[in-house]
Amino acid sequence: MTRSRGRQTVRIAGGQGFWGDWLEAPYRQVTAGPVDYLMMDYLAEVTMSILQKQKSRDSSLGFAKDFVPLMERLLPILVERHIRVTSNAGGVNPRACAQAVAALAHRLGFGGKLRIGVVTGDDLLARLDGLLARGHELRNLDTGRPLSDVRDRVLSANAYLGAWPVVDALRRGADVVVTGRVTDTGLTLAPMIHAFDWRPDAWDLLAAGTVAGHTIECGAQCSGGNCLKDWQTIPDLANVGYPIVEAAPDGTFEITKHPGTGGRIDVAGVTEQLVYEMGNPAEYITPDCIADFTTIRLTQAGKDRVRFSGIKGRPATDTLKVSVAYFYGYKAVGTLVYAWPDAYKKAQAADRVLRQRLAALGLKFEAVLTEFVGADATHGPLARASAPLDDLPEVQLRIGVRSPDKAPVERFTREIAPLILNGPPSVTGFAGGRPKPEEIVAYWPALLDKRMVEPCVEIVDA
Amino acid sequence: MRGNRGRIKRPDDGATGRHKRRSRRVRLLELAHARSGDKGDTANVGLIALKPEYYPVLVKQVTAARVTRHFKGMINGPVERYELPNLHALNFLLHGALDGGGTISLKTDAQGKVFSTALLRLEVDLAK
Repeated sequence: MTRSRGRQTVRIAGGQGFWGDWLEAPYRQVTAGPVDYLMMDYLAEVTMSILQKQKSRDSSLGFAKDFVPLMERLLPILVERHIRVTSNAGGVNPRACAQAVAALAHRLGFGGKLRIGVVTGDDLLARLDGLLARGHELRNLDTGRPLSDVRDRVLSANAYLGAWPVVDALRRGADVVVTGRVTDTGLTLAPMIHAFDWRPDAWDLLAAGTVAGHTIECGAQCSGGNCLKDWQTIPDLANVGYPIVEAAPDGTFEITKHPGTGGRIDVAGVTEQLVYEMGNPAEYITPDCIADFTTIRLTQAGKDRVRFSGIKGRPATDTLKVSVAYFYGYKAVGTLVYAWPDAYKKAQAADRVLRQRLAALGLKFEAVLTEFVGADATHGPLARASAPLDDLPEVQLRIGVRSPDKAPVERFTREIAPLILNGPPSVTGFAGGRPKPEEIVAYWPALLDKRMVEPCVEIVDA
Repeated sequence: MRGNRGRIKRPDDGATGRHKRRSRRVRLLELAHARSGDKGDTANVGLIALKPEYYPVLVKQVTAARVTRHFKGMINGPVERYELPNLHALNFLLHGALDGGGTISLKTDAQGKVFSTALLRLEVDLAK
């Protein structure tokens, strides 16, 4: 723990906002200044199904593979500086992930110097039929349909675990904690609970740690990345500093970044991140508590430093969210670019020709969607109402189809290229070739009685 | 903090009754910034006042009903609005905005990332 504000604080660095985030960020977070923990979030909603598919082909896979080479780069620094890691890189195979890290640590000469915590118990795939048989319907939170509707197409099913199993691993001395589906916020909250010995019913404190987790879970999105306000004056995004939580035992904390890094941490930018993917702000529900975002007080506490206080929380609910992934069908998207003059009209004409041909072939789709990129793809009728569209330099025709069956989607992919020679003129931009039908793995959110889920914590010595 | 459903018609949504000499019509872009994201087939837009004194303007004029009309043809569900006076922000849930959302969606903006700036096109009356 550091004493950077003249009292006991713990510094938790956000290193990855999603699987695929900037590879340099975690390295810079542990080298450019003092931190106590490195938090890395890898799991998006459908990531689990991709990992489940990999595991079914090879039982040693099923975790975020990039985590291992990253740890190879970081481990010497982590060991030297006593920085601990919390990450959900374990995916659907946290034990294999931990073993890969243990083998790596051994190879790097850290045998006996590194303890790896493994959090499991989130994976419900093998237990699904038993749960359904016992009356847990796992109804879709959006549509209300019972999971039995799609049971035969389910690819993965995971309960969201909270901070407590991660705390358990830290208490047992884990230097690196790899988990399955632990909430993004739990990975940040856990080090605070551990460092300050917060009680399980200290709802305001747990809510504060949850808000801290929400703030840094998307990496640089709270430190200048994707920030709309004054975006043109945000300095040096090429070297953007990822966020660091400096937490105090009383539940107040500050968000900052290492000196000398790019980006900006101010009240406006942090507020943008607070409202990101927000539902009812008074009820931000996690396995650990309900955080009330309408109680957050923000103040600029210095350059690139925002102070959070006043956060209130309420008791956790008695359910856990479950994320189910299931096979939905197929889709494909084709694009062509039409040039001036009359670019928009040409693209519209091509769309009409294509749709007429699809109809003549008798192809049935669940959906056919046309967008004109450069004209209305993102703002739809709002863009058409405000911008002159008769003199655009170019317009991309983007047409997508979706079907439960592969055959019509496959046939659709062969109807794009012919338009180059047998449709409207001035067309280009087809170098990518024929689009490929893509399998759609869809997401099914549900709730499950907490008592049905038993988190499990193991320690692996390197 | 209760959400008011956009489908409920209100006789006065704040956008009417403007006094031409005492106010000017401005785009939200001049009064607010925003960020949006997704949850399934729902897009959320967090709308944040650029200055605290603009927040009451947002509360009064950027109603769920007004936002529902603004996004006509772009969303096929109701709009809910939540208030965060502490952050001078409103949060809108636009249901049925993402063609099924996530991996199902065929949209360029399948995750609702730029509904934020689309909302900033809306015009409100600002007292001079």
